[in-house]
Amino acid sequence: MKPSEAQIWDWLDQVPDPEIPVISVVDLGIVRGVAWDGDTLEVAVTPTYSGCPATGVISMDIETAMRDRGINAVRIKTQISPPWTTDWLSEKGRAKLMDYGIAPPRPAGGPECCPLCKSTNVGEISRFGSTPCKAQWRCADCLEPFDYFKCI
Amino acid sequence: MAAVDQAHLFTFLCRMGDNTLVLGHRVSEWCGHAPVLEEDIALANTALDLIGQTQMWLGLAAKVEGKDRTADDLAMLRDVWDFRNVLLVEQPNGDFGQTIMRQFLFDAWHLAMLTALTKSTNADVAAIAAKSVKEVQYHVERAGDTVIGLGDGTTESHQRMQKALDLLWPYVGEMFVPDPVDDAMAAAGIAPDLTDLRGDYDALVASVLAQATLKTPEGSFAHKGGKSGFQHSEHLGHLLTQMQWLQRAYPGASW
Repeated sequence: MKPSEAQIWDWLDQVPDPEIPVISVVDLGIVRGVAWDGDTLEVAVTPTYSGCPATGVISMDIETAMRDRGINAVRIKTQISPPWTTDWLSEKGRAKLMDYGIAPPRPAGGPECCPLCKSTNVGEISRFGSTPCKAQWRCADCLEPFDYFKCI
Repeated sequence: MAAVDQAHLFTFLCRMGDNTLVLGHRVSEWCGHAPVLEEDIALANTALDLIGQTQMWLGLAAKVEGKDRTADDLAMLRDVWDFRNVLLVEQPNGDFGQTIMRQFLFDAWHLAMLTALTKSTNADVAAIAAKSVKEVQYHVERAGDTVIGLGDGTTESHQRMQKALDLLWPYVGEMFVPDPVDDAMAAAGIAPDLTDLRGDYDALVASVLAQATLKTPEGSFAHKGGKSGFQHSEHLGHLLTQMQWLQRAYPGASW
């Protein structure tokens, strides 16, 4: 018997993002759809940034996770439209990012506060960070640098 | 809408993809060499975005061509005369200021072009543009801020930025001169009339250069021959010897 789509979503929610392992690929909002095509499971995935090297790893991780649950025929479909936006990050994902030390994205254009000491006295160091999706900020109170998840 | 000539569409897509490929490679040459770590990372990230966009443009070009070539084939197995990027993006990095100036002058055009392409009658083109434009918005803001910071910086940085602008300005015109391929794209509603982009471009560039205390060079002379493939500068061949070395030395290598 084929697992239900709800079951698949639940399993996908246990596949961690390779760069930010505290959130899942579902939290990240990059899984756009799950459907059975006969006995083949089709998972539609959208890239975060068009050149993000994690995209290939994510597809492989999804295939592996499905195989581990007995689904051998998996097709990953890359879907670029509509383009990914940080609006698709789940509330659960945002809270986990903050706990992990990465300030979640805000439409206002900067972090609400330092994820470590919660001070609002923060400033940008660089518009780009360790991965395409992050910028570098620092806290002027606890003096720690931190990552900010860019809003796009 | 007129049915579009597929050979023209292929050329148009190669132009978009070759611009991002050649500039992406140029910018990646800074990896490990930038003046400070943050700038090194910023340049590498910009290069990554551009290479990602290349995969989409050249992937679609290969599909339209219908000759079983892939985006990798187009990137790695064509020679200089088949590249269709504008001359601006193949110009050498020079110093950091020259790299940033080249980036800004291209980004400002890229943003206007992609914004228009999001309304393309070709759904694939519109989708790639919608994906890319968000990244490019970020590029142009960063490049513009850096042009202002360096132009309105020290005597030395100001002088270097003015020199970079004087050097690169004659390469701006080529991006706005339509040819029969552009005319065919505009007639089919696939791409905008390039001359329509000039107003927004000039307004953005003038605003940034004024804040940077830099003087826009006079004269409208434009170097041409990149996007037509008629005559690239000598720099492109040297770039390709590096970028394509692996596939040329070890054909079909993969990992």
